[in-house]
Amino acid sequence: MQRTRHWILRRLSHLDLILLALVLLLLGISVAVVASASGQSPARISGHLVNVGLALSLMIVMANIPPHLLSKVGPVLYVAGVVLLVAVAVFGEIRNGSRRWLNLGVMAFQPSELLKLAVPLMLAWYFQRNESGLRGKHFLIGGALLAVPFVLILRQPDLGTALMIGASGFYLLFFAGLPWKIILGGGVLAGASLPVLWGFLHDYQRERVLTLLDPASDPLGAGYHIIQSTIAIGSGGLFGKGWSQGTQSQLDFIPERTTDFVFAVFGEEFGYVGTILLVALYLSIVARGLVIAARAPTLFGRLMAATLSLNLFTYVFVNMGMVSGILPVVGVPLPLMSYGGTALVTLLLGMGILMSVATHRQLNKT
Amino acid sequence: MRIVTPLKNLDRELARFRGRVKFGAAFALLLAGVLLARAFHLQVVAHEHYIERAESNRISLVPAPPNRGLILDRKGRVLAENYSAYTVELTRAEADDMEATLAEIGKLIEITPGQLRRFRRLLAESHEFETVPLKSKLTDEEVAILAANLYRLPGAEVRARLFRNYQGGPGMAHVVGFIGRINDRDLRRVRESGLDKDYKGTVHIGKTGLEQSYETLLHGRAGFDRMETDASGRAVRMISRIPPVPGKDLRLHLDASLQEVAEHAFGDYLGGLVALDPNTGGVLALVSKPGFDPNLFVDGIDPETWKSLNESPERPMVNRALRGIYPPGSTIKPLMALAGLELGLREPDDSIDDPGFFRLPNSQHRFRDWKPGGHGIVDLRRSISQSCDIYYYRLAVDMGIDRMHDYLTQFGLGQKTGIDLQGESSGLLPSRAWKQRRWKQPWYPGETVIAGIGQGYHLTTPLQLATMTAMLANGGKRIQPRLVDAVRDPHTRAWQTQAPVMLGEVAIDPENLAVVRQGMMDVTRPGGTAAASAAGAAYGIAGKTGTAQVVGIKQGARYDATRLAREHRDHALFVAYAPAENPVIAVAVMVENGGSGSGTAAPIARAVFDYYLTGKRPGTMKLETDDAAD
Repeated sequence: MQRTRHWILRRLSHLDLILLALVLLLLGISVAVVASASGQSPARISGHLVNVGLALSLMIVMANIPPHLLSKVGPVLYVAGVVLLVAVAVFGEIRNGSRRWLNLGVMAFQPSELLKLAVPLMLAWYFQRNESGLRGKHFLIGGALLAVPFVLILRQPDLGTALMIGASGFYLLFFAGLPWKIILGGGVLAGASLPVLWGFLHDYQRERVLTLLDPASDPLGAGYHIIQSTIAIGSGGLFGKGWSQGTQSQLDFIPERTTDFVFAVFGEEFGYVGTILLVALYLSIVARGLVIAARAPTLFGRLMAATLSLNLFTYVFVNMGMVSGILPVVGVPLPLMSYGGTALVTLLLGMGILMSVATHRQLNKT
Repeated sequence: MRIVTPLKNLDRELARFRGRVKFGAAFALLLAGVLLARAFHLQVVAHEHYIERAESNRISLVPAPPNRGLILDRKGRVLAENYSAYTVELTRAEADDMEATLAEIGKLIEITPGQLRRFRRLLAESHEFETVPLKSKLTDEEVAILAANLYRLPGAEVRARLFRNYQGGPGMAHVVGFIGRINDRDLRRVRESGLDKDYKGTVHIGKTGLEQSYETLLHGRAGFDRMETDASGRAVRMISRIPPVPGKDLRLHLDASLQEVAEHAFGDYLGGLVALDPNTGGVLALVSKPGFDPNLFVDGIDPETWKSLNESPERPMVNRALRGIYPPGSTIKPLMALAGLELGLREPDDSIDDPGFFRLPNSQHRFRDWKPGGHGIVDLRRSISQSCDIYYYRLAVDMGIDRMHDYLTQFGLGQKTGIDLQGESSGLLPSRAWKQRRWKQPWYPGETVIAGIGQGYHLTTPLQLATMTAMLANGGKRIQPRLVDAVRDPHTRAWQTQAPVMLGEVAIDPENLAVVRQGMMDVTRPGGTAAASAAGAAYGIAGKTGTAQVVGIKQGARYDATRLAREHRDHALFVAYAPAENPVIAVAVMVENGGSGSGTAAPIARAVFDYYLTGKRPGTMKLETDDAAD
């Protein structure tokens, strides 16, 4: 009995308490908002609580895996992920015009989700291996490692996920020391290639971008989401209408209001004060993550911690930007808020990695 | 074992990394700034705008259609009323498979082939989101069965609707008219008159009769319920309401019992009858036979029934009283006689010796009298009571078509009377100018001759004849005939009587009028053409019989009703007022293919007078009657 408790306490000692507090706070808000958005549907709330419980357990497990072991998982996950992406391209099931899913008989599996963690792990592992003398060629190879899954996912087509994975890879290269010359040069090149890229976009993707510029042009179609979510947020005002008092959300005007558009519900019911608090909570996680990165003893830990932190905020920015009508509608959930198991698990696995980096201070193998 | 990197190098690497971390932190802050700026704009700067949009999102105005005004007869008997009934309705946009839903409903409740045909016609005419009634007036049991099964009947709903019920019977259809579902044309008219707000939620609109001509008064104004609705438009709760303003009730001059008596008196004959109060212009009865059931139209008529009504050779949908145009025949003789006196062409005692025919100077053509051999010595009174054609041939020639046209015009012939019903015909009062315009031909003297006895180009409606008769009864006052006597305000419940509309007054020398009236009274006295029909009346009747030719009779041939198919027989006419000394009712009767005015038309007028003046209800007329002299 004594030994068991000791073992459990040892597991819990690998948790970063600041990060844990922030995560639990956000998840608490999430449960409240999902409850309100679902019209206090018991099935939805309990489903969400199960997801949260499962994701938190996996986070604890992750936190207990030392970084050097984690780094070894990177290449395996990466290779497996790329193979699965190719499999998807060949055998994948088409849903809504995209080939993103592998039908495993019991469940439909979306391999691109796996790559969200596999790409930074792979790159961090690669740079850790070549820590002693990082040169241009390493960044070139790193870029190539990023490009393979990026292009495969882009071709599915899944622009949103491809960009998010691209961003995570880019952050890792950036923190690994990608020269400014290349970053700036690449930025200029990217800007110049926008018109070319426009040509490669699918019709529906172009439509989304155009709809963003003028939501009223398609009020019943793609513009409906943006119009209704901005009305919800805007009508919330300074202090909001109060929990479960949002007319927009309670009267069904916001589509997907427990998942991708959950911020519209939050914004309506908690107002600008709530929005500031929410953004501050996310920024605190980023800040804590960057502190962990700055203190990490290994390059792998540093790169993973910094990348995961910034990546989380990128998700926040893209989701809130989309819901508040400054970015096109892409299917990106709001981290730690949206209902949905896979994304929550992926995110809390990331938090687990951050905690593992924070709590495993020794350089050598245990 | 790998060579450990020199410490100095590690420090530099770490410093560079921390620099990049700071940059990353700055980047995150920048993004957060963008988000907060956007949220500030939405939630603080443009908050009012979005509050408004959220409200208009949330609140919808659900129209509450007003109750339609009632239509009552002069004694307050209800001719058109409202009642609420459950209907099962279908919406195309919500039905996945309309045929499947129909089949399912057909298994649950009885749907007649007629209802199905009507439904398909309405569905074809309606918009995708419009609800179309399948069966109305559901029984409680049917409502219960449907309500229990609605979940598996996509697109179907059971609703309480207001309906119109017409109690006046088929004869009243031509007066009261009917309402029907608003179509695109109605909608456009409503919109053009700026009333579309009042019609929100209204399904029905007056299509014919009083329902059409008094539509605006009867309809009222829609009210609005401010409802909180969800995104799919379902009402969640009511916030406030502006009640609808009900339509106004109409009370008619018309007496439903009198109308019934008149219709009954027609028996199997077709035709029209108009009874007026000569002192007010009030329409006491307005009959067009045959009638039809207006209730068939209220919720859309099924195509077969419509076809049978519309294509029936009896043409029940045509209002003969105001649309049917017939030569007035001898019924204009009193007016011609009055014109002769007033224009100084005749004295009451001026007599002719009628040989049975009339010839224009320098012409061999013989204009015959209806009575072979003629009437002998005929003065003005006798010319009316005996209906002597020769007297009027001569009078017409002396008067000339121009003076004839001008004088008869004053009595409203050839013009719409302006009755408060739509679709009235103007008939035709021939003139030189009209003929030139219409036929590009000069007027021939022979045409004047036959115009003198109401034949030739003359065309009148029973309503015009009734108006003319009322003018003879009231001494020349031309009053617009009117069905509606009073209008009731729904709030004060007070009846407001409509004043009679005077269209003009013909100055008539009372002595001249008295002579003509004497002639008309003689018509119903022993020796007059309608003596038989007036026999035993407790009051005096002044009248004039007439026939209107349906087929031309060849020169020298004799008209023999018994040898003609019924539809080729002459139309029978009778105009009269009573009591002769102090008239309170004037009547014009037109019986299609009735043969002679005295035989078929006059008895109908007698029945109307009897009921109106003494309350006596007579029996039905036999179809075949002995032809009396005309």
